[in-house]
Amino acid sequence: MTIHTSHLNIKEDLDLERIRKDFPILEREMNGHPLVFLDSAASSQKPTQVIDAISNYYKQTHANVHRGVYQLSQEATEAFENCRIKVKDHIHAASEREVIFVRGCTEGINLVAHSYGKRFIHEGDEVLISGMEHHSNIVPWQMVCEDRKATLKVIPVSDVGELNMEEYERMLSPRVKIIAVNHVSNTLGTINPVKEMVRMAHNYGIPVLIDGAQAMPHTYVDVQDINSDFYVFSSHKMYGPTGIGILYGKEEWLEKMPPYQGGGEMISTVTFDKTTYNELPFKFEAGTPDIAGGIGLHAAIQYLQDTGIEKIARHENELLTYGTEILSSVKGVQLIGTAKNKTGVISFLIKNTHPYDVGAILDKLGIAVRTGHHCTQPLMDRFGIPGTIRASFGMYNTMEEVDKLAAGVVHASRMLR
Amino acid sequence: MSEKINAIQDEIIEEFAFFSDWMERYEHIIDLGKNLPLIDKKYKTPDYLIKGCQSQVWLHADISNDGILFSADSDAVITKGIIALLIRVLSDQNPEDVANADLYFIDAIGLKEHLSPTRSNGLLSMIKQMKYYGLAATKAI
Repeated sequence: MTIHTSHLNIKEDLDLERIRKDFPILEREMNGHPLVFLDSAASSQKPTQVIDAISNYYKQTHANVHRGVYQLSQEATEAFENCRIKVKDHIHAASEREVIFVRGCTEGINLVAHSYGKRFIHEGDEVLISGMEHHSNIVPWQMVCEDRKATLKVIPVSDVGELNMEEYERMLSPRVKIIAVNHVSNTLGTINPVKEMVRMAHNYGIPVLIDGAQAMPHTYVDVQDINSDFYVFSSHKMYGPTGIGILYGKEEWLEKMPPYQGGGEMISTVTFDKTTYNELPFKFEAGTPDIAGGIGLHAAIQYLQDTGIEKIARHENELLTYGTEILSSVKGVQLIGTAKNKTGVISFLIKNTHPYDVGAILDKLGIAVRTGHHCTQPLMDRFGIPGTIRASFGMYNTMEEVDKLAAGVVHASRMLR
Repeated sequence: MSEKINAIQDEIIEEFAFFSDWMERYEHIIDLGKNLPLIDKKYKTPDYLIKGCQSQVWLHADISNDGILFSADSDAVITKGIIALLIRVLSDQNPEDVANADLYFIDAIGLKEHLSPTRSNGLLSMIKQMKYYGLAATKAI
């Protein structure tokens, strides 16, 4: 194994030094070592620009939105609604009416499962998901299938961690009422051919929901190009705050779906006899929204755009290539998920060791990785393993940090031998 | 408070005082884990499993008039090493003392992070379960 330590700024379009300065948390030390944060797939860190936007909002602009006649409320409403416009432009949605604020990806999926399911899924119908879904894209559909007496079917995953597209095609039929798959696997990093999958599903008139949580921080997503009927993602995985996410839905579907939760904001008129609902997008936004979260998400998207998502993707891809190469050369390391198309996620095991032990030792070296089943137990069962060690990259990670990971893995594997 | 239990805890703290850094401590824990006597195969079943999100623990208690004998296992070796220490402290003790034990040694030897609920390694539930056995046996006797 060769260790390189001076990759910083070589062949980098990204101004890594500046970027790392934007993320104050990266200055922290863990157990006496500089923090090496390799868990961005769970949640990315936040740049000062996002932190300041939230802080300034509370200092200068906060009031409840969509209801005050006074100037402050109007300013808050404008700032919050500007986030909706920012999201709409960023994902290239056809209109702001198609951009619904939710608490996160999980709530977005639950909203569609519940609301679409209530209206369109009936006894004997099928719901199609894939074998590499996060629990958040499994359990809501199980609940809906149980409730509607429908059947959940699973697209199989190959040994390298790709979806079996022939099997997928065979599974399509008029009985399938919706398909829910991730754009990028959180455990394997596999980028799924979602555009192609949507095209095939639409031949049967089946709508498709894409869980884009792991795609948004790494690639430009054009929802009209992908042409999915729903696309959901969380702010906190794309350098924005926790507690807010987006459900994009085609207007034609959202119009036909009943509201998910009742309350303020989502109504037009309320009497004790009957309530009429507000129009899109507010029909699905009961209660006071996460206004500060919206302001933060706006700043995060701006930060991604200013930095350049292509540049970020290229940088992360270099980290992936280098990390894959260097970890493969460590004796006993087995990579889980070696799809052709991947984002910066490396899941691996060390022969005869348990992921927990490796994670505990890496932690002592200041290296933050995720260990366990990554909320994808069925996928772990598919590979017959209890879990993996997962290193996932963000825009701020360096080649030097990949070296530290590899050295840490060698160290752990020696200690545990 | 059982003096017998605390004497063993103090003994462990003294042993660990010889180690100068985390690496030596972990190496020792790993050794303890590797040398933990195997649990009887018939107890390594779902009935005896304490499922953690990260690692899993199997625990069996043999309750007799003389006290409780614990045997346990885990799929992770660091977890197993801590199990070895817990067994050394709590096994073959009076049930009431097990139920009331204040396990201060884990913090004192710098392993408290392994008992954090976010680690979800089954250890916290294991200690709870050991104490339940102690409580149940106290009532039974």
